[in-house]
Amino acid sequence: MKVQLTVNGEARADDVEPRLLLVHYLREVLGLRAANVGCDTTSCGACTVLLGGRSVKSCTVLAVQADGAQVTTAEGLATGGELHPVQAAFRQEHGLQCGFCTPGMVMAATGLLSENPHPTEAEVREGLEGNFCRCTGYHNIVRAVLAAAGQLDGEGALEQEVAQ
Amino acid sequence: MIPAPFDYVRATSAGHALELLTEHGDEAKLLAGGHSLLPMMKLRLAVPSVLIDIGSLDELAGIAVDGDDLVIGATTRHADVAASDLVRAEAPLLAWSAAQVGDPQIRHRGTIGGSLAHSDPAADLPMALTALGGSMELAGPNGPRTVAADDFSAGYFETAMEEDELLTAVRIPRRPGEPWGYQKFTRRANDWAIVGVATVAGRVALANMGARPLRATAVEEALAGGASVSDAAALAAEGTEPGEDIHADREYRQHLARVLTRRALEGRTG
Repeated sequence: MKVQLTVNGEARADDVEPRLLLVHYLREVLGLRAANVGCDTTSCGACTVLLGGRSVKSCTVLAVQADGAQVTTAEGLATGGELHPVQAAFRQEHGLQCGFCTPGMVMAATGLLSENPHPTEAEVREGLEGNFCRCTGYHNIVRAVLAAAGQLDGEGALEQEVAQ
Repeated sequence: MIPAPFDYVRATSAGHALELLTEHGDEAKLLAGGHSLLPMMKLRLAVPSVLIDIGSLDELAGIAVDGDDLVIGATTRHADVAASDLVRAEAPLLAWSAAQVGDPQIRHRGTIGGSLAHSDPAADLPMALTALGGSMELAGPNGPRTVAADDFSAGYFETAMEEDELLTAVRIPRRPGEPWGYQKFTRRANDWAIVGVATVAGRVALANMGARPLRATAVEEALAGGASVSDAAALAAEGTEPGEDIHADREYRQHLARVLTRRALEGRTG
């Protein structure tokens, strides 16, 4: 079955089996390996990409369901050699340990900030509830998302902590 | 995990989807957001030979006021129900319920009609529709019909829909300003309810206390008779025979139903 979609700004057209999952289309057909297959059961969020600007778990979307849509993966975030602000914040705040969940975290965070540009810490934690970090490195991930949203002060402490 | 092979057909209209359903019979499944169906297909718990995709049909999506009712198209996504100013104003319990489904990514894909047609007794929306006294609008080869939420679920993963019928919309009485409560007891973020309770306008619905969403009729009757919230809530488990699993045995679920009903009747959300 023919699918035509835009991935990271590039038009794509491929013949795919209807049962091909979007994550496998991205990884195996297009060679975009940022989205990881973690749990494969819509739980862990490692496969998160943006579909039509909204975060989705690409292990639970058929490639044919993305026909006509815009898909963004972590490979598509940086522009002109500059890291996307969310990527830069993850690096700055060390929002990763082993790195497996990171592409999904970055995409979920990017989607969250597009819907809510200035989230509170609680809103970040709730907004990332669909993404698991099995290293349990959540604290720095949350700091990174708040940093990307401009919510950190110069010392790197959370505003909420400073206020307490 | 890869689903078994199937043929994929994109319906061009609700009428086309019905024709395809009639043509393919029980070999076919409707696909909207796919967030109940695709996980089951990946586990090979569902092996349809044809998927009829209705996910991009504009005529089945959207939120509108129709007289005293709110009408929500079956393929409206949970995130859109949760964020709708109209739903928040006219049926806040429904907006809250939609916001409790899964996680943000799941709410971006999953649809209200898909969740209801899947008919998981532990799920949020079947309980919410039961509490709200809503109804389901169905289309089929013999024309449209309406089924009350109370009569829609026929047990675990079964509904009153025929195999050749399509859920087109959900209808909910508008109740702006009416007090409501919602309790969902889970072990972890993004789990299904171990027990859930939703209440509005004297109606009380329970999730995961049986094979389908239940009305806590003893509680409702006690409230109507002037009983206090705590006396009424103590009756929440009457007549229930909840299942047992790794999370909870029957007694514990019944205990939760009583506690959560009291909290819901106090107007609390959690």
